Amino acid sequence: MAETENLITVKDLTKTYQTGSVEVFALKAISLTINKGEFVAIMGASGSGKSTFMNIIGCLDNPTSGEYLMEGKDVLTRDKDELAELRNSKLGFVFQSFNLLPRTSAQENVELPLLYNNKVEASVREQKAIDALTSVGLADRLGAMPNELSGGQQQRVAIARALVNAPLVIMADEPTGNLDSKTSYEIMGIFQKLNDEGITVVMVTHEPDIAQFAKSNIVFKDGKIIANHPVTDRKIAMEELKKIATLTDENSTT
Amino acid sequence: MKLFNLFRIAYRSLNRNKLRSFLTMLGIIIGVASVIAMLAIGEGSNQTIQKSIASLGTNSIYIFPGTNANGGVRGGAGSNQTLKLEDADAIAAHCDLVKYVTPLVQRKSQIIFGAKNWNTMIIGIRNDYMLIRSLSITKGSGFSEADQRSAAKVCLVGVTVIFNLFGDENYNPIGQIIRINSIPVKIVGVLAKMGQNTFGQDQDDIVLAPFYTVQKRMMISTDHIGSILASGKSELQVVDAVDQITSLLREKHKIAPSDEIDFTVRTQSELSNIFGSITKVMTILLASIAGISLLVGGIGIMNIMLVSVTERTREIGIRMAIGAKGRDVLFQFVIESILISVVGGVIGIVVGVLAAELVATFGGWPVVITPLSIILSFGFSSAIGLFFGWYPARKAAALNPIDALRYE
Repeated sequence: MAETENLITVKDLTKTYQTGSVEVFALKAISLTINKGEFVAIMGASGSGKSTFMNIIGCLDNPTSGEYLMEGKDVLTRDKDELAELRNSKLGFVFQSFNLLPRTSAQENVELPLLYNNKVEASVREQKAIDALTSVGLADRLGAMPNELSGGQQQRVAIARALVNAPLVIMADEPTGNLDSKTSYEIMGIFQKLNDEGITVVMVTHEPDIAQFAKSNIVFKDGKIIANHPVTDRKIAMEELKKIATLTDENSTT
Repeated sequence: MKLFNLFRIAYRSLNRNKLRSFLTMLGIIIGVASVIAMLAIGEGSNQTIQKSIASLGTNSIYIFPGTNANGGVRGGAGSNQTLKLEDADAIAAHCDLVKYVTPLVQRKSQIIFGAKNWNTMIIGIRNDYMLIRSLSITKGSGFSEADQRSAAKVCLVGVTVIFNLFGDENYNPIGQIIRINSIPVKIVGVLAKMGQNTFGQDQDDIVLAPFYTVQKRMMISTDHIGSILASGKSELQVVDAVDQITSLLREKHKIAPSDEIDFTVRTQSELSNIFGSITKVMTILLASIAGISLLVGGIGIMNIMLVSVTERTREIGIRMAIGAKGRDVLFQFVIESILISVVGGVIGIVVGVLAAELVATFGGWPVVITPLSIILSFGFSSAIGLFFGWYPARKAAALNPIDALRYE
């Protein structure tokens, strides 16, 4: 039962922007259900509404109309503080541009969500941050500043930050947009591992290659969902990385 | 939200942006320091000016005997002898607007020391005279109460007298006996040099002796006194003090309301007017200095706060995305502002006081640091810092997290 439990349910979700006198529909009556344990890749061209959709289900933005339930409970009637708590404890964000605080060490960046969480005692804060960074393979870079880290490492810090409050869902907006393909695969490897551990992942991407790592793909076009299907030949990051490794080996030997 | 966590967040934020924190603090330091230093210098000048004006005796009150009319020929002021010692005592006892009062008797006399002699003014005084005229003694000491009561044969001399009797202004004549009208009198003190008065009169050509010494030993008549010198409680109350003295003496001298009074009361009203306008100018000057310094400092603080908060809108977006509530962000910024204001304010006070002391030490300029300038500058700078830390943060915290994140 737990496997198929509804985590996110949206009904007739609509978002319009007013540009001058023209009303632009970013989302047109989207209805969708995401179950616990899923790994969804949301695809589409730029301007298709995929990022807007992601920001709304991530409680960073408000829809113009529609319904949004999380774990069966209404989200849109909550006030700002309740939404902040929701983002803090149930959601984890990973952005294309990493959005780490500058001049702040990896560990302090990861501790940040814990500082905003009243349920976390000061005594466990440090250990939780270290654990999260260890789980993304950065146990040896705790004190590093963002500008001392590579793009892939920065994104891992961001993932650790998203993980640290043990969220239900990780929302990733173009997480590999600024990374090369090998690093992208490594990040996908982390997402797949987290997903295997039971965390739902919702990821926006425009790269079909990256979308192949998800369990299902949803395609947006002009503010509507035009396709929603499971991934048939799903890629497994560990295997892809091995292939790259052998390719480079072959290149270096010839 | 735990307050301690917010302190930790604010501290980390200040610590990792050391330059920005320092620049913000610098605004407050300069604002506070300049106000304190400027006001200290201004207030020092003000007090110096006031003191030197006060030494002119702007609140002095002179009471002279009235005129004498004999068969239609009227004498000038003081030609009649109508003032008595009791009048001076009565003024001291009954006029509450009068601070100091002394009866005066004076006469020109020949004074002799060894082979030298000199003609000068001998004035018999009570000790209040020294306070009214702001006289000070450079060598020796003034008269004791016992000297006053017993008509002791002691005197204070001015430097011109010393020069003429001993040949050197800097000669120390303490303990020497001079003869005044053949009476041997011991010099117990030397008056500080006063120079010439407004009318070019040499104020150092003077010998002071206890009142009874002059009245009983050197004057022909021991009944009447030459004049009375008094001072008002303050410059502003001099006019009222004059009225008090006039009505008291009128009563004592039993003069009917319709009759002319037999004494004259004078003040240095011209000097008082100048004094009033100088005080007004200084007050306006000080207020402008304080106002402009505060304004400049305030704008500096405001600018850096506004700029840094706008720059930090993205940071606010990140914080809100990972679960900071609007009030968490606000508190963080307010705590940062308080820390900056308090630390900057304290440094500013230290710098301001040091700057003022430097001016005092090397510029030889008198400075007076008033608590008001410290409270005013610190309070105003902190208020500006707090407001401009809080206000833009409130605006940013009210945004949707996504708008703050996308802020350029």
